[in-house]
Amino acid sequence: MYEIRFHGRGGQGAVTASKMLAMAAFKENKWVTTFPFYGTERRGAPVTAFTRIDNVKIELRSQIYEPDAVILLDKSLLKLVNVTEGLKPHGLVLINGKQGDFESNNGFKVAYVDATSIALKNHLGDPSHPIVNTAILGAFSKVSGIVSVDSMKSAVRDISPSKINENVNAIEEAYEEVEVV
Amino acid sequence: MKAQNVTREIMTGNEAVATGVKLARVKFISAYPITPQTAIVEKLAEMVSNNKINARFIEVESEHSAMASTMTSEMTGIRSFTASSSHGVLYMHEMLHWVAGSRLPVLMAVVNRAIGPPWNIWADQTDSITQRDTGWMQVYCESNQEAMDSILLGYKVAENKNVMLPIMSMQDAFTLSHTSEPVIIRDESDAYDYIGDLNLPFSIDLKNPLGYGSLMPPDGPFMELKKDMRDSMYRAIEVVKEETKKFNEKFNADFPGLIENFMMEDADYALITMGSMSSTGKYTVRKLREKGMKVGLIRILFYRPFPAEEILKSIKGLKGLGVLDRSITFGQRGAVYEDVVTSLYNKTDIPIKNYVIGLGGRDIRVKDYEKMYEGLMEGEDSMEWINVGGK
Repeated sequence: MYEIRFHGRGGQGAVTASKMLAMAAFKENKWVTTFPFYGTERRGAPVTAFTRIDNVKIELRSQIYEPDAVILLDKSLLKLVNVTEGLKPHGLVLINGKQGDFESNNGFKVAYVDATSIALKNHLGDPSHPIVNTAILGAFSKVSGIVSVDSMKSAVRDISPSKINENVNAIEEAYEEVEVV
Repeated sequence: MKAQNVTREIMTGNEAVATGVKLARVKFISAYPITPQTAIVEKLAEMVSNNKINARFIEVESEHSAMASTMTSEMTGIRSFTASSSHGVLYMHEMLHWVAGSRLPVLMAVVNRAIGPPWNIWADQTDSITQRDTGWMQVYCESNQEAMDSILLGYKVAENKNVMLPIMSMQDAFTLSHTSEPVIIRDESDAYDYIGDLNLPFSIDLKNPLGYGSLMPPDGPFMELKKDMRDSMYRAIEVVKEETKKFNEKFNADFPGLIENFMMEDADYALITMGSMSSTGKYTVRKLREKGMKVGLIRILFYRPFPAEEILKSIKGLKGLGVLDRSITFGQRGAVYEDVVTSLYNKTDIPIKNYVIGLGGRDIRVKDYEKMYEGLMEGEDSMEWINVGGK
């Protein structure tokens, strides 16, 4: 079983990202569950969402305490949330940002992608509220190897309410640009 | 996705309920939105406006009116549905008695949410457990698949001439209602064939006026009618068994029925669970079995009628039993615990422990289950709070 925890802010699309990732894995005949931790949702507030992926039916329904990967849609959360809490040894941390934004000597695999610039370039959201979820998923596909980029694009085509081509472009660009430190 | 003529889609528990309502050919929907049930109502309103379902949808100003209008529409012989949660269910309480007493096979989906204060929108079964004496059947779902299937099966059981009682189908807030997972969409023509049309033995017709619930003096058959309701509730046990068999044959499904026994064949210790908490329980059972512990799990689906005989059969050979309550009653042990103990009175001498867990959406974790199973080996019949005060 592979477990992913998303950290974002309300309005950035963390919950939709967790669903798109589950949909992409489902298209590869995996069992999936995905759920947000629901607080009092409002734009800008910290949001957590979870996705589980497995080859067999998933029974575990608790929150994810020891994720294999953590995805951070907003680097300002680094000051508010212990993003690597419970992360497995050699676990993956994917950050919307650039090298040097995050310091860790715990042996985690740290990856960066400038999802905000990619989103804005593709007219996803606006400078004060960029919608970075599809870009970050493109990057996740590359650095995790858990779900193929084609399945990710296919899931986005199914789920995106609008701007499908822009979202697909964002996935492709982030897939190319993501860097592992 | 089509594979072996099975359509599987990823959907939330709320979407699964709405799809079940569509498959059950419901003709009338009346509901008042409340978190976390809102998505059921939204989805159904959308289906009605897009002509995806041939039903009438009415907006009302309260849950009391939602249940009153659902009741009166059902009286005219139309299959009717509503959904609610938490304080909404409590606000309906009076009408729940009226619906059951009028012997109307209405179905209501309940998304189990805590009762305030303090204000809390997360999972807790106190809202529906406290409706256990209204004469409604109650089924608690473990997965989004069951959230859909229990709508079809629920109407069939409720509308059976030997039952004629309303039914509530429960799913836990967020753990199912807002969790997306694969669900097999039952084939529409199979569903229509299975569910058929509603044929009430009595219904209001303008040409043939009829009254419901008029005054009944003490020497009128008031007690006899209450006895008949209770007898019907007990008859529902056999009807659930029959309908489960028919449902599984029709859809090649594996709906468990009244209860589910998980790894109980050679178990020494077992926990009794209800709802979505059961999944993490099963996960823990597998883990503990790998360590050589002979543990099992009994899941109650139907809390009303209470499956006393089935539980008695399941506990044979156990050394210890625990009952989980995700609801709170004050001044006595948990509601499910009391029902289990009453059912087993004088029929077993094993210790039965009560665990109160997961109130107000408190997460139910693997380590909580490990602690509960270990607790059974102490051999006491105490009541314990799980994951409270940082312990």
